[in-house]
Amino acid sequence: MSILIVGASVAGIRTAQALRMRGFDETITLVGEEPHRPYDKPPLSKEMLVAGGPAAPVPLLTDDQLADLGVDLRLGVRATALDVAARRVSTGVGDSLPFERLVIATGVRPRRLPGTDRMAGVHTLRTVEDAVALRNGLVTARHVVVVGAGFIGAEFAAAARSHGASVTLVEAQDVPLAHILGAEVGGRLAEVHAGAGNTLLTGVGVSRLVGEDRVTAVVLNDGRTLPADLVVVGIGASPATGWLESSGLPIADGVDCEADLRVVGTEGIYAAGDVARRAHPFYGFDLRIEHWTNANDHAGIIAAVVTGAVPPPAQIPYVWSDQYGHRIQIVGRPVLGDLEHLAGSVAGGDLVAAYTGPSGELVAAVVVDDPRTLMKCRKAIAGRRSWTGLGLVAST
Amino acid sequence: MSERHLACTVDELEPGTSMTVKGPVPAIALHRTESGAFFATADTCTHEEWSLGDEGDLEGDELVCPLHMARFDLATGKALCLPATLGLATYDVVVEAGQVFVVTEPRT
Repeated sequence: MSILIVGASVAGIRTAQALRMRGFDETITLVGEEPHRPYDKPPLSKEMLVAGGPAAPVPLLTDDQLADLGVDLRLGVRATALDVAARRVSTGVGDSLPFERLVIATGVRPRRLPGTDRMAGVHTLRTVEDAVALRNGLVTARHVVVVGAGFIGAEFAAAARSHGASVTLVEAQDVPLAHILGAEVGGRLAEVHAGAGNTLLTGVGVSRLVGEDRVTAVVLNDGRTLPADLVVVGIGASPATGWLESSGLPIADGVDCEADLRVVGTEGIYAAGDVARRAHPFYGFDLRIEHWTNANDHAGIIAAVVTGAVPPPAQIPYVWSDQYGHRIQIVGRPVLGDLEHLAGSVAGGDLVAAYTGPSGELVAAVVVDDPRTLMKCRKAIAGRRSWTGLGLVAST
Repeated sequence: MSERHLACTVDELEPGTSMTVKGPVPAIALHRTESGAFFATADTCTHEEWSLGDEGDLEGDELVCPLHMARFDLATGKALCLPATLGLATYDVVVEAGQVFVVTEPRT
């Protein structure tokens, strides 16, 4: 039975690859709304922003790999509706596409500040167009304002600093990333901004942007005005499920799936990557995870299910962020535990934070520039083992 | 003719750890599983440039890249999960008199 995959970014492409690796030899049709050959997303906020970095996006597959994949790749085609009963997907162009099996891999869309869609100099960072526009903007930008000091904002702030701009990050929470990592670790990570010469304002929101055609300033809700000629908005993202509204599929925060990524209440319809919410087998509760590795994991699971193989075991959530020449790696779910250990700093390249659950078992770790320690923590989390015995240096 | 390259002594590589063998080009990673067996693979992850000898992690008979969690079979080099799709080259390992050698010609 043929497969239609909607979404040609990491989750969609990896699903096609995983299917072929499992020996699936029937037709795979892959529909993507962007006109570009499928490319990788993490470099958009990393190496693509650096002066002298690659001008073209980093492809997800080489030309040879793409040819070998043998997919009917339809780029620049946006899915607009799904008819489950008729088993067809409508698109913005031409006839609707029939399917026997469907993989929903439409990802997330970045949230925007209301009323800024047409204002030049204001960007989110999700596509290659965003990255190219920002890199070009950084050549002449003097005052950069970053709205939101999460990972995208922090990575962009670091890149902007390398271009010599003055950078101010504006974060609504009292501590960046506190909702994910807690205030202590969020605060320790955030020290890197000031250390690099950037300014971090916390506990303050954005009231409005000023500018006719082009942004000139950012007004904060405490009344302060920041001059700005380039603004990046990194305030999270929402599942791209608008096209599924009339489908009757179970959608709340993402598409509701069984543990094996079959969409609840359907036959032969799956969801993969950022858009998919499933009962995570390791945790036993529903999770929607916007991590690059999660999209890869989902691809492997769907390929196994479709080909009748045993799905690979659930992986522990993992994400990384590159900032100011340092790599921050996070494994597990910090919100499931309490901070047990914190040492080092981002700038020192030696930060380690460990979070433990009620029985003293490690549930998450944040590690800077030390993959070996990260992997030790990952094993302990997977084995639900104590954090002691990892040989971590004393808290500082 | 394939060549043997002295990697280390048996005692120098603890079970459950890996190292990058100094000398061969392209670089070779030597791994020793928790059960004590030696395996040698290409040092660089096939997904993105990253040293598996310096930073790779062993889980049983599998090797995990700590950058993006690609997974390989130590014995065959086969890519076991995404993001890797290409396998690693593998090399024969010879242990003699407490010394560990890698054969610098990849196995076929």
